[in-house]
Amino acid sequence: MIDFINYYLIPGITLGSIYALGAVGISMIFGILRFAHFAHGDLMTTGAYIALTAVWTLGVPALAAIPIAVVGTALVAVLLDKAFYKPLRDLPSIYTVIASFGVALILRSAIQLLWGTDSQVYVVGFQKPLVFFDSFRIALRHMQIIAFTVVIAITLHFFLSYSKTGKSMRAVADDPELARIAGLDTEKIIRWTWLIGGGLAAIGGVFVGLDTDIHTNLGWNLLLPMFAAALLGGIGRPLGAMLGGLIIGVAEEICTFPIMEIEIISPSYKSAIAFIIMLALLLFRPQGLLKGRVL
Amino acid sequence: MELTGLFFYFVSFLTMAGIYAVICLALNIQWGFGGLFNAGIAGFYAIGAYSAAIITSTAASNNVGGLQQPIFVGMAVAAVIAGLVGWGIARLCVSLKSDYLAMATIGIAEIIRLVIVNEEWLTNGSLGVSNIPRPFEGVFKGQTAEIVFVLFVWIIVLLTYFISQRLHKSPWGRVLRAIRDNEDAAESIGKDTHSFRTQTFVIGAIFMALAGALSAHYFKYFSPDATEPILITFLAWVMLIAGGSGNNKGAIAGALVVWAIWSMTEILTGFLPSEWATRSSYMRMLLIGLFLQFVLQRYRSGLLPERAPKLDKLRRS
Repeated sequence: MIDFINYYLIPGITLGSIYALGAVGISMIFGILRFAHFAHGDLMTTGAYIALTAVWTLGVPALAAIPIAVVGTALVAVLLDKAFYKPLRDLPSIYTVIASFGVALILRSAIQLLWGTDSQVYVVGFQKPLVFFDSFRIALRHMQIIAFTVVIAITLHFFLSYSKTGKSMRAVADDPELARIAGLDTEKIIRWTWLIGGGLAAIGGVFVGLDTDIHTNLGWNLLLPMFAAALLGGIGRPLGAMLGGLIIGVAEEICTFPIMEIEIISPSYKSAIAFIIMLALLLFRPQGLLKGRVL
Repeated sequence: MELTGLFFYFVSFLTMAGIYAVICLALNIQWGFGGLFNAGIAGFYAIGAYSAAIITSTAASNNVGGLQQPIFVGMAVAAVIAGLVGWGIARLCVSLKSDYLAMATIGIAEIIRLVIVNEEWLTNGSLGVSNIPRPFEGVFKGQTAEIVFVLFVWIIVLLTYFISQRLHKSPWGRVLRAIRDNEDAAESIGKDTHSFRTQTFVIGAIFMALAGALSAHYFKYFSPDATEPILITFLAWVMLIAGGSGNNKGAIAGALVVWAIWSMTEILTGFLPSEWATRSSYMRMLLIGLFLQFVLQRYRSGLLPERAPKLDKLRRS
């Protein structure tokens, strides 16, 4: 049981936190701009590499580099929207989806050009896990990731529930026509969506780097579970997406837990779990857990 | 000597462009006719490549294979397997809205990739399958064989084109376009949209697998790293949109033009200073990504835009 918590549940929650941070942006973009943003994973990669540069040049620890990564990636996201998504906004959303495929490729190859393709780490060396009550062994980085994500989720909740911008964002996600008629500045809300989505993606990317390593496919590999998380939470429900991320992350890790010495699912297939959850959702409950919108 | 070199560069260009033309025609059936967003092209391509490789390879090391069957048997098996997989997927996913279908097909391609990497008994894992023959290898040798192979590829391209063109003009194609443009209207006159879409997806999947089989024979070796899956899927999309989705001639033209641009970027990045040379392939990816954005914003309908078949022709046929 202790093994289950130490080696399956805690890493699962950590992974889930990372998915949650990416899925928030996907869900908000899907809700407000109405398209599946396939370059979101690569925004995470961008954030991870910007933080890496800060770690290299300023010599700060990775956690302290997060603000730089957030600002940088949020700006990149807004610029991408201006250059590539805005011109297609009045067309059927599928054109924007195709464009976002291209943007994913552009981001990744730009990163490969600038930083090379070797995988990197923020901190070299092995971290000894902290031991609680002689039985729980939790790595410090896992605790940091989980704690930060909880803080972000609470902040996001208050932002969306009480701030004017947050409320406007929810209004546009619920009914864009009505929001426009009511006089909300849609372009401003879209800008905020990219700032927040990009910023949170950057944090997620840095967390991946903290947890494992930084490589150029880092974000693309997370795309599928993050989509599954956004769908699970219900499209246009950012906090739902965070919950969804948590569920997918935990599900991926614990499904490989051997029951009575038998591994039911080989760990090499664990990334298929997210896909199966996603497919089941699309077929049976497209509105997700929290009654999101069905596009 | 210079000229022969240039000529065989052109032959290898035409071979790859032809393989992409088949993928592009297949995607045109799915997306151009049926409006089905397939983002998992590489998955079906891989199914085709591996089926053909396992069936026709002359010797196998650790996996099943080395069955030494004729190439046409390999292609037939590739088509059947891809068709069955495509049918299973289509049954489940084909009625999803385009964004969701894109996610689902990416997931399927990912699962296919996982199976290929992990099931070593079947695919020899990351080492890949070697000893894949080329058609008429016993008869033609050396440079003649290259020319024979490019002809073989383009015969398949033309075959795909004629089938696709027949489909486009047939009542079946008309129903498909009706479903694509207005699903409710098509359903209201009694068309089984789910069944039509499933058929479209399966036909497309079969031709994608044929393209995969062709490239397995061309490379004579196939492994998970032999091709970059995202590159295949992405290039096929760029080709179809640049060429003109919904138009079969456009699909072929797009494949030729974009593959020419793609090949030319290789020459261009060759001029880069040597410290950049190792990164030139990323530069090419960047350029092709920007090219797609340019096409999407300026030339959305492509080189040869879609044209509905003429009505009098319809009456005659």
